[in-house]
Amino acid sequence: MSWSAILVMAAGAYAFKAIGLLVLGGRTVAGRMQPLVGLLPAALFSALIVQQTLVSDGELVIDARLAGVLAGAIAVWRRAPFVVVVLVAMAVTALVRAAA
Amino acid sequence: MVLNIAIGIVALTFGVLADSAGLSLAKAVVMSALVLTGASQFAAVSVIKDGGSAVTAVGSALVLAARNMLYGPVLSPWIRGGLGRRAVAAHMVIDETTGMAAAASTREDAERSFWFTGITLTVLWIGGTALGVVLGGRIGDPDRWGLDAAFPAAFLALLAPQVRERPGQVAAAVAAALTIVATPITPNGVPILVAALAVIPAMIVGRRSDAR
Repeated sequence: MSWSAILVMAAGAYAFKAIGLLVLGGRTVAGRMQPLVGLLPAALFSALIVQQTLVSDGELVIDARLAGVLAGAIAVWRRAPFVVVVLVAMAVTALVRAAA
Repeated sequence: MVLNIAIGIVALTFGVLADSAGLSLAKAVVMSALVLTGASQFAAVSVIKDGGSAVTAVGSALVLAARNMLYGPVLSPWIRGGLGRRAVAAHMVIDETTGMAAAASTREDAERSFWFTGITLTVLWIGGTALGVVLGGRIGDPDRWGLDAAFPAAFLALLAPQVRERPGQVAAAVAAALTIVATPITPNGVPILVAALAVIPAMIVGRRSDAR
Protein backbone atom coordinates (compact mmCIF):
# COMPACT_ATOMS: atom_id res chain seq x y z
CA MET A 1 0.00 0.00 0.00
CA SER A 2 1.55 3.29 -1.09
CA TRP A 3 2.06 6.40 1.05
CA SER A 4 -0.28 8.33 -1.22
CA ALA A 5 -3.08 5.79 -0.71
CA ILE A 6 -2.63 6.06 3.06
CA LEU A 7 -2.75 9.87 2.91
CA VAL A 8 -5.86 9.90 0.69
CA MET A 9 -7.54 7.52 3.11
CA ALA A 10 -6.55 9.71 6.07
CA ALA A 11 -7.81 12.88 4.37
CA GLY A 12 -11.13 11.26 3.43
CA ALA A 13 -11.66 9.82 6.91
CA TYR A 14 -10.86 13.19 8.50
CA ALA A 15 -13.28 15.01 6.19
CA PHE A 16 -16.15 12.75 7.30
CA LYS A 17 -15.25 13.16 10.97
CA ALA A 18 -14.72 16.92 10.79
CA ILE A 19 -17.62 18.15 8.69
CA GLY A 20 -20.23 18.12 11.46
CA LEU A 21 -17.99 19.66 14.11
CA LEU A 22 -16.51 22.38 11.94
CA VAL A 23 -19.69 23.41 10.12
CA LEU A 24 -21.79 23.54 13.28
CA GLY A 25 -18.99 25.17 15.31
CA GLY A 26 -20.40 24.28 18.74
CA ARG A 27 -24.01 25.05 17.89
CA THR A 28 -26.70 22.45 17.80
CA VAL A 29 -28.45 21.76 14.50
CA ALA A 30 -31.57 23.76 13.57
CA GLY A 31 -34.70 23.19 15.66
CA ARG A 32 -36.64 20.82 13.43
CA MET A 33 -33.61 18.58 12.90
CA GLN A 34 -32.66 18.39 16.59
CA PRO A 35 -34.89 15.38 17.47
CA LEU A 36 -33.35 13.45 14.57
CA VAL A 37 -29.82 14.11 15.84
CA GLY A 38 -30.86 13.15 19.37
CA LEU A 39 -32.02 9.77 18.09
CA LEU A 40 -28.90 9.06 16.00
CA PRO A 41 -26.92 7.40 18.83
CA ALA A 42 -29.79 4.93 19.49
CA ALA A 43 -29.99 4.01 15.79
CA LEU A 44 -26.24 3.88 15.11
CA PHE A 45 -25.25 1.99 18.27
CA SER A 46 -28.00 -0.55 17.62
CA ALA A 47 -26.78 -1.02 14.03
CA LEU A 48 -23.19 -1.40 15.28
CA ILE A 49 -24.24 -4.05 17.80
CA VAL A 50 -26.09 -6.05 15.14
CA GLN A 51 -23.21 -5.71 12.70
CA GLN A 52 -20.54 -6.73 15.22
CA THR A 53 -22.62 -9.62 16.56
CA LEU A 54 -24.16 -11.13 13.44
CA VAL A 55 -21.96 -10.11 10.50
CA SER A 56 -18.72 -11.72 9.41
CA ASP A 57 -17.04 -10.88 6.08
CA GLY A 58 -20.17 -9.08 4.90
CA GLU A 59 -22.53 -11.99 5.55
CA LEU A 60 -25.06 -12.73 8.30
CA VAL A 61 -23.83 -15.55 10.53
CA ILE A 62 -24.80 -16.96 13.92
CA ASP A 63 -21.76 -17.91 15.99
CA ALA A 64 -20.39 -17.77 19.54
CA ARG A 65 -20.58 -13.96 19.56
CA LEU A 66 -24.37 -14.08 19.75
CA ALA A 67 -24.31 -16.13 22.96
CA GLY A 68 -21.81 -13.72 24.50
CA VAL A 69 -23.72 -10.61 23.49
CA LEU A 70 -27.01 -12.06 24.82
CA ALA A 71 -25.24 -12.75 28.12
CA GLY A 72 -24.00 -9.16 28.02
CA ALA A 73 -27.58 -7.98 27.42
CA ILE A 74 -28.72 -9.79 30.55
CA ALA A 75 -25.89 -8.12 32.46
CA VAL A 76 -27.00 -4.69 31.14
CA TRP A 77 -30.60 -5.48 32.12
CA ARG A 78 -29.41 -6.45 35.64
CA ARG A 79 -27.64 -3.05 35.77
CA ALA A 80 -24.19 -4.61 36.00
CA PRO A 81 -21.22 -2.21 35.72
CA PHE A 82 -19.74 -1.59 32.25
CA VAL A 83 -16.64 -3.73 32.89
CA VAL A 84 -18.80 -6.67 34.04
CA VAL A 85 -20.97 -6.44 30.90
CA VAL A 86 -17.92 -6.60 28.64
CA LEU A 87 -16.17 -9.37 30.58
CA VAL A 88 -19.32 -11.53 30.79
CA ALA A 89 -19.80 -11.23 27.02
CA MET A 90 -16.15 -12.12 26.34
CA ALA A 91 -16.15 -15.07 28.75
CA VAL A 92 -19.37 -16.59 27.37
CA THR A 93 -18.17 -16.15 23.79
CA ALA A 94 -14.83 -17.76 24.61
CA LEU A 95 -16.50 -20.68 26.40
CA VAL A 96 -19.02 -21.34 23.62
CA ARG A 97 -16.23 -21.11 21.05
CA ALA A 98 -14.03 -23.52 23.02
CA ALA A 99 -16.93 -25.96 23.41
CA ALA A 100 -17.85 -25.87 19.71
CA MET B 1 -11.29 1.94 30.64
CA VAL B 2 -12.08 -1.67 29.77
CA LEU B 3 -13.16 -0.44 26.33
CA ASN B 4 -9.73 1.14 25.91
CA ILE B 5 -7.93 -2.07 26.88
CA ALA B 6 -9.98 -3.93 24.29
CA ILE B 7 -9.04 -1.25 21.74
CA GLY B 8 -5.37 -1.75 22.57
CA ILE B 9 -5.69 -5.48 21.84
CA VAL B 10 -7.62 -4.84 18.62
CA ALA B 11 -4.81 -2.45 17.61
CA LEU B 12 -2.36 -5.30 18.17
CA THR B 13 -4.34 -7.51 15.79
CA PHE B 14 -4.44 -4.64 13.29
CA GLY B 15 -0.66 -4.41 13.49
CA VAL B 16 -0.34 -8.15 12.87
CA LEU B 17 -2.68 -7.92 9.85
CA ALA B 18 -0.83 -4.89 8.47
CA ASP B 19 2.45 -6.77 8.80
CA SER B 20 1.02 -9.81 6.97
CA ALA B 21 -0.28 -7.48 4.21
CA GLY B 22 3.27 -6.22 3.69
CA LEU B 23 2.94 -2.78 5.30
CA SER B 24 6.08 -1.41 6.94
CA LEU B 25 6.08 -0.40 10.60
CA ALA B 26 6.12 3.27 9.56
CA LYS B 27 3.16 2.89 7.21
CA ALA B 28 1.06 0.94 9.71
CA VAL B 29 1.75 3.43 12.51
CA VAL B 30 1.14 6.49 10.33
CA MET B 31 -2.11 4.93 9.09
CA SER B 32 -3.29 4.33 12.67
CA ALA B 33 -2.31 7.84 13.72
CA LEU B 34 -3.86 9.65 10.75
CA VAL B 35 -6.88 7.50 9.88
CA LEU B 36 -7.83 6.49 13.45
CA THR B 37 -10.92 4.53 12.41
CA GLY B 38 -10.53 0.85 13.20
CA ALA B 39 -13.09 -0.68 10.86
CA SER B 40 -11.81 1.33 7.87
CA GLN B 41 -8.20 0.34 8.51
CA PHE B 42 -9.04 -3.35 8.80
CA ALA B 43 -11.04 -3.14 5.56
CA ALA B 44 -8.29 -1.38 3.60
CA VAL B 45 -5.49 -3.64 4.76
CA SER B 46 -7.59 -6.79 4.17
CA VAL B 47 -8.19 -5.69 0.57
CA ILE B 48 -4.44 -5.20 0.06
CA LYS B 49 -3.66 -8.54 1.70
CA ASP B 50 -6.10 -10.28 -0.67
CA GLY B 51 -4.34 -8.70 -3.64
CA GLY B 52 -6.88 -5.92 -4.31
CA SER B 53 -5.98 -2.50 -5.70
CA ALA B 54 -5.25 0.59 -3.62
CA VAL B 55 -8.35 2.27 -5.10
CA THR B 56 -10.59 -0.58 -3.86
CA ALA B 57 -8.83 -0.51 -0.48
CA VAL B 58 -9.30 3.23 0.00
CA GLY B 59 -12.87 3.09 -1.37
CA SER B 60 -14.03 0.39 1.03
CA ALA B 61 -12.29 2.16 3.90
CA LEU B 62 -14.08 5.43 3.15
CA VAL B 63 -17.52 3.78 2.89
CA LEU B 64 -16.94 2.47 6.41
CA ALA B 65 -15.69 5.87 7.59
CA ALA B 66 -18.78 7.68 6.25
CA ARG B 67 -20.84 6.99 9.35
CA ASN B 68 -18.52 9.20 11.39
CA MET B 69 -20.10 12.11 9.49
CA LEU B 70 -23.28 11.45 11.49
CA TYR B 71 -21.46 11.67 14.83
CA GLY B 72 -20.35 15.29 14.24
CA PRO B 73 -23.80 16.84 14.84
CA VAL B 74 -24.29 14.61 17.92
CA LEU B 75 -20.98 15.70 19.47
CA SER B 76 -20.90 19.30 18.28
CA PRO B 77 -22.74 20.94 21.22
CA TRP B 78 -20.43 19.18 23.70
CA ILE B 79 -17.12 20.34 22.21
CA ARG B 80 -16.17 23.80 23.40
CA GLY B 81 -13.38 26.00 22.09
CA GLY B 82 -12.10 27.63 18.95
CA LEU B 83 -11.35 26.29 15.53
CA GLY B 84 -7.99 24.75 16.49
CA ARG B 85 -9.44 22.79 19.40
CA ARG B 86 -12.39 21.65 17.26
CA ALA B 87 -10.07 20.58 14.44
CA VAL B 88 -8.18 18.36 16.91
CA ALA B 89 -11.43 17.02 18.39
CA ALA B 90 -12.68 16.23 14.87
CA HIS B 91 -9.91 13.67 14.43
CA MET B 92 -11.44 11.66 17.27
CA VAL B 93 -15.10 11.72 16.13
CA ILE B 94 -15.68 7.95 16.04
CA ASP B 95 -17.94 5.21 17.47
CA GLU B 96 -16.20 4.88 20.83
CA THR B 97 -15.88 8.58 21.71
CA THR B 98 -19.49 9.29 20.66
CA GLY B 99 -20.67 6.28 22.67
CA MET B 100 -18.90 7.33 25.85
CA ALA B 101 -19.89 11.00 25.50
CA ALA B 102 -23.54 10.24 24.75
CA ALA B 103 -23.74 8.02 27.84
CA ALA B 104 -22.74 10.92 30.13
CA SER B 105 -25.49 12.61 32.10
CA THR B 106 -24.29 16.23 31.94
CA ARG B 107 -22.78 18.41 29.24
CA GLU B 108 -19.50 18.76 31.19
CA ASP B 109 -19.25 14.99 31.70
CA ALA B 110 -19.93 14.42 28.01
CA GLU B 111 -17.11 16.77 27.06
CA ARG B 112 -14.70 15.21 29.59
CA SER B 113 -15.65 11.70 28.45
CA PHE B 114 -15.07 12.62 24.81
CA TRP B 115 -11.54 13.94 25.41
CA PHE B 116 -10.53 11.21 27.88
CA THR B 117 -11.76 8.41 25.63
CA GLY B 118 -10.36 10.05 22.49
CA ILE B 119 -6.87 10.68 23.86
CA THR B 120 -6.39 7.33 25.62
CA LEU B 121 -7.80 5.53 22.59
CA THR B 122 -5.44 7.35 20.20
CA VAL B 123 -2.39 6.48 22.30
CA LEU B 124 -3.40 2.81 22.68
CA TRP B 125 -4.39 2.51 19.02
CA ILE B 126 -1.04 3.78 17.76
CA GLY B 127 0.99 1.91 20.41
CA GLY B 128 -0.92 -1.33 19.84
CA THR B 129 -0.45 -1.09 16.09
CA ALA B 130 3.32 -0.68 16.46
CA LEU B 131 3.56 -3.60 18.87
CA GLY B 132 1.42 -5.77 16.56
CA VAL B 133 3.67 -5.12 13.56
CA VAL B 134 6.79 -5.89 15.61
CA LEU B 135 5.36 -9.09 17.11
CA GLY B 136 3.75 -10.14 13.84
CA GLY B 137 2.47 -13.72 13.74
CA ARG B 138 3.78 -14.50 17.23
CA ILE B 139 0.45 -13.35 18.71
CA GLY B 140 -2.29 -15.97 18.90
CA ASP B 141 -5.85 -15.29 17.77
CA PRO B 142 -7.42 -12.94 20.38
CA ASP B 143 -10.91 -14.09 19.35
CA ARG B 144 -10.09 -17.21 21.39
CA TRP B 145 -10.72 -15.02 24.47
CA GLY B 146 -13.96 -13.65 23.01
CA LEU B 147 -12.46 -10.27 22.14
CA ASP B 148 -14.86 -9.92 19.19
CA ALA B 149 -17.78 -9.86 21.65
CA ALA B 150 -16.23 -7.03 23.71
CA PHE B 151 -17.31 -4.28 21.30
CA PRO B 152 -20.95 -5.22 20.74
CA ALA B 153 -21.28 -5.76 24.52
CA ALA B 154 -19.73 -2.36 25.26
CA PHE B 155 -22.14 -0.72 22.81
CA LEU B 156 -25.07 -2.54 24.44
CA ALA B 157 -24.14 -0.84 27.71
CA LEU B 158 -23.83 2.49 25.85
CA LEU B 159 -27.17 1.93 24.08
CA ALA B 160 -29.07 1.36 27.34
CA PRO B 161 -29.42 5.06 28.31
CA GLN B 162 -30.55 5.86 24.74
CA VAL B 163 -33.55 3.51 24.82
CA ARG B 164 -35.27 4.54 28.05
CA GLU B 165 -38.06 6.23 26.08
CA ARG B 166 -40.26 5.21 23.20
CA PRO B 167 -38.57 7.14 20.32
CA GLY B 168 -35.14 5.73 21.23
CA GLN B 169 -36.59 2.22 21.38
CA VAL B 170 -38.14 2.63 17.94
CA ALA B 171 -34.87 4.02 16.53
CA ALA B 172 -32.87 1.08 17.92
CA ALA B 173 -35.34 -1.60 16.81
CA VAL B 174 -35.81 -0.22 13.29
CA ALA B 175 -32.05 0.29 12.90
CA ALA B 176 -31.37 -3.31 13.93
CA ALA B 177 -33.91 -4.58 11.41
CA LEU B 178 -32.54 -2.33 8.63
CA THR B 179 -28.99 -3.56 9.32
CA ILE B 180 -30.07 -7.19 8.99
CA VAL B 181 -32.01 -6.51 5.78
CA ALA B 182 -29.25 -4.38 4.20
CA THR B 183 -26.28 -6.62 5.07
CA PRO B 184 -26.74 -9.29 2.36
CA ILE B 185 -27.52 -6.74 -0.38
CA THR B 186 -25.11 -3.83 0.19
CA PRO B 187 -21.33 -3.53 0.56
CA ASN B 188 -19.69 -3.49 4.00
CA GLY B 189 -20.30 -0.17 5.77
CA VAL B 190 -23.49 0.74 3.91
CA PRO B 191 -25.92 -1.09 6.26
CA ILE B 192 -25.02 1.26 9.12
CA LEU B 193 -25.76 4.28 6.93
CA VAL B 194 -29.10 2.75 5.89
CA ALA B 195 -29.87 2.05 9.55
CA ALA B 196 -29.47 5.76 10.39
CA LEU B 197 -32.78 6.31 8.54
CA ALA B 198 -34.44 4.69 11.58
CA VAL B 199 -34.42 8.13 13.25
CA ILE B 200 -37.28 9.22 10.94
CA PRO B 201 -39.96 6.76 12.13
CA ALA B 202 -38.61 7.23 15.66
CA MET B 203 -39.12 11.00 15.46
CA ILE B 204 -42.67 10.54 14.15
CA VAL B 205 -43.44 8.29 17.13
CA GLY B 206 -41.97 10.95 19.43
CA ARG B 207 -44.14 13.68 17.88
CA ARG B 208 -47.27 11.59 18.33
CA SER B 209 -46.59 10.97 22.00
CA ASP B 210 -45.80 14.68 22.51
CA ALA B 211 -49.10 15.65 20.90
CA ARG B 212 -51.05 13.51 23.32
